[in-house]
Amino acid sequence: MATETTAVEHHHHEEDHSKGSDWSGGVSPMNASYGKLMMWYFLLSDAFTFAGFLIAYGTLRFSVPTWPVPDFVFQALPFLGQGYPLIFVTFMTFVLIVSSVTMVRAVQEGHRENKNGVVFWMALTILGGAAFLGCQAFEWNALINHEHMSLTDDPFGTHTVAGTYLEGDGHGINVGDKFKAGDPYLVHKHDGEFHFLKYKADSGEVGSTTLGPKAFGALFFFITGFHGFHVFSGVVFLLIIMMNVASGLYVERRNGYEMVEKMGLYWHFVDLVWVFVFLVFYLL
Amino acid sequence: MAAGLTYEESKKVVWRGFWLLGAITIVEVAIALVGNGHVIDGFRLPIYVMYPLMIGLSAYKAYFIVKEFMHMGHEVRDLAMSVLLPLLLLVWAIIAFLWEGAVWGERRTLIKEKDAIETGKKTGSILQAPEDIPTMITFTK
Repeated sequence: MATETTAVEHHHHEEDHSKGSDWSGGVSPMNASYGKLMMWYFLLSDAFTFAGFLIAYGTLRFSVPTWPVPDFVFQALPFLGQGYPLIFVTFMTFVLIVSSVTMVRAVQEGHRENKNGVVFWMALTILGGAAFLGCQAFEWNALINHEHMSLTDDPFGTHTVAGTYLEGDGHGINVGDKFKAGDPYLVHKHDGEFHFLKYKADSGEVGSTTLGPKAFGALFFFITGFHGFHVFSGVVFLLIIMMNVASGLYVERRNGYEMVEKMGLYWHFVDLVWVFVFLVFYLL
Repeated sequence: MAAGLTYEESKKVVWRGFWLLGAITIVEVAIALVGNGHVIDGFRLPIYVMYPLMIGLSAYKAYFIVKEFMHMGHEVRDLAMSVLLPLLLLVWAIIAFLWEGAVWGERRTLIKEKDAIETGKKTGSILQAPEDIPTMITFTK
């Protein structure tokens, strides 16, 4: 550890001479503690992991002629049922944004060494994280148990030609209903089996609906699941650190609650990843 | 605390960030709903208008989160560069893999067309006339 005087000398050194002197020892060239620096590099590696998943998604999506239409797939609302495209996931996004904001507030109160303020804002952040996980549980439940999507079955298809249904499915599609190329449809299950509908294309050929691109389910559950697992781990670590804060563990350190700041970096990263998950799964 | 800002000023930055991110998200969803014909009957936006807007707005959200919420805008340059420069590799990865995915799709279509010729089966709109079919891949039985 450098003494007070040598630290001051080094600062003079830096000001008097060339820019590179930060790296000649005695001062912290990144102006950040080891822990904070390593959190950044962990997040960098995690960014590559998520990028790998999302690029795999893009690659598979580019390799097939049609892809499930987001505003058709994601249209369930709690208590109200179907017919509300993207509303629920917008709410989820808001929950995550709010919890990011409360996290910044916790970090700011930490800088002021305000213990109670840190605990208060961290508690709100934890509530936000838990609320997001609850929303995700609802969304997964709707997809798995009501729409019968699985890792290998994707019931969300898209018509490639225009035509007329030759049979109904008892879920709103009747004999004689017309559809256009690009119209999305959901293949329903009857007695545990997917029930495909026969149709007559405008060209005169008779065809039948099929399942959507096989990779969709696995990509959706793995990517949103991996993100959700990050949120879950975040909630656990937030709880632990909040209890440490409340117990006064960080008061003695007099470093402006740096542990809370590192936790904040992780939590914002989870929000950052959601920006891209939201973009590719729900918007595009 | 953020470079030179007072406590009150930094609090303002946070709440400004909240409204900014919230507003951008609403605009994104509005573009999706209007663009896909959910709001005005019969009105749709072409994807070459929707997609760049959505991607641009999301990129701005990401930039804002990293710069303000994660404080990267206030870290020393060497730290910021050591984290941000490696991400440039993703520019290559995105272009290369999306390109590859598109080629898989083309190949699959080609093989299906060739199969249709071999078995003498006409498969919908894909197959028009045999002379339209590229002959890059030859099949041996």
